[in-house]
Amino acid sequence: MYNLKELVLLDENGKRSDGRGIDDLRPIKITVGVVKNADGSAYIEFGKNKIIVAVYGPREVHPKHMALPDRCVLRCRYHMSPFSTDTRKNPAPSRREVEISKVMRESLEPSLILSDYPRAVIDVFVEVIQADGGSRCAGINAASVALADAGINMRDLVSACAAGRIADKIVLDVNDLEDKEGDADMPVAYLPNLEQVTLLQVDGKLSTAQFSECLNKAIDGCKLVYEIQKDALMKKYFGNELEVKEEV
Amino acid sequence: MSSSKRSTIIVEQLRKQQMLEALSRGKRLDGRNYESYRDLKIEIGIVDKASGSAKVTLGNTEVIAGVKVETGEPFEGLEHKGALIMSAEVLPTASAHVEPGPPDEDAIELSRVVDRGIRESEMLDLDKLVLIPGKIVYTVFVDCSIINSDGNLLDATSYAVVAALSTSKFPIFEIQDDKVVDTGKTMPPPITTIPISITAVKIGEAVLLDPTTEEEACMDARITMTTQSDGSIVAVQKGFTGPFTVDQIISYSETARIKGEEIRSKIKELN
Repeated sequence: MYNLKELVLLDENGKRSDGRGIDDLRPIKITVGVVKNADGSAYIEFGKNKIIVAVYGPREVHPKHMALPDRCVLRCRYHMSPFSTDTRKNPAPSRREVEISKVMRESLEPSLILSDYPRAVIDVFVEVIQADGGSRCAGINAASVALADAGINMRDLVSACAAGRIADKIVLDVNDLEDKEGDADMPVAYLPNLEQVTLLQVDGKLSTAQFSECLNKAIDGCKLVYEIQKDALMKKYFGNELEVKEEV
Repeated sequence: MSSSKRSTIIVEQLRKQQMLEALSRGKRLDGRNYESYRDLKIEIGIVDKASGSAKVTLGNTEVIAGVKVETGEPFEGLEHKGALIMSAEVLPTASAHVEPGPPDEDAIELSRVVDRGIRESEMLDLDKLVLIPGKIVYTVFVDCSIINSDGNLLDATSYAVVAALSTSKFPIFEIQDDKVVDTGKTMPPPITTIPISITAVKIGEAVLLDPTTEEEACMDARITMTTQSDGSIVAVQKGFTGPFTVDQIISYSETARIKGEEIRSKIKELN
């Protein structure tokens, strides 16, 4: 796909392999309400990631013994379509997908007021149509918007973004190539109003100083994503009313 | 089984009565004729990482198909042919009634019936997809993800597969020093014909093309007939417990040919 010897992740002018500067996000587009049958749904394009999320619930739990007497069960399934990756992915869930499903669920759960729906379940289905590095963050962003679209009681949205290290520079929103060939990758999910971190993973080496720079940069990215999430919800629910009418 | 999210059994039964009442007056609930399809939209090239891809929207039913081309060993007994592997997954996003997990019998029937139309029509000339006879051949994967389900998954999936395959660009592989090399060049796939499936359900004596989920919930029987470009029949699947008369089947084969030609022209426009 690319020649490793000629590969420059970050050139002398601070430009990355895809032309971005170190603090630039990839283009992000979120559409709310894309799956007709679902209670809530969202579609996100995050760089070349293309992800559809559908939320069903709160609804009755099957199997029944999973139900909790004091709160709702949250289930999350992250799955990649076989054609979403460079080489075809076997449709059966991989260990990687099982882990991502788990950390996504755990990153979303603190945003939801699950005690409002005892004995019920909320299902979040995340389908990756095309993967491009950072699909878990993109998936969390779409999932949180889909949960809001489903009308689930929430404390905050969850916004997610990764930062990483290329040589001695900390960069925002690591793409597929930088994830594979860069030096460190840190996906973070964040509650922008409550100022709390709900997902934190690191893959690679970081000094203590780099670690805190990286975390802060990722959180800055989350805040940028938060604005896009709000816009997407506004667009669905208020559409053209966005322009405030001026008093004459 | 209805399109509303939270319907109870009572609401479903009322809806069924309403449908049967409408059919007794020759009408469908969404106002269509018995022989008309819902709005069919086909978008191609939606997944850049695939060699070919298509999203089909048929009413509220939505399916994405992606083509991946690799190399591998041929199937046993088919040493001189490329390998074609098809799968379809009804994603749990598709409706409140789908459970995540291995495909159930309906999902397996779906991918096998779609596969049969493509394979038996020899849409893809597999003889042209051989690198070293008996050892290394092209392996073509066509995978389908059903995103939203509102009836007639069979036709929507089949159109997505045909659209994705016929508009795909296959990588050109070569053998250099006994190794497979991806030349980085692409070629159009060896397409010989365009198979089109036409599905109907029978409710009482009415035969309704392109059924919705609500209509499928009331069906006595279902039939899918696939024709290729020259009009000949290449695959049939009769489904569900009710019977058809011989006359109904013969008359349906003519419907499938005429309607198939209509949809085929829509797919040919994509190229």
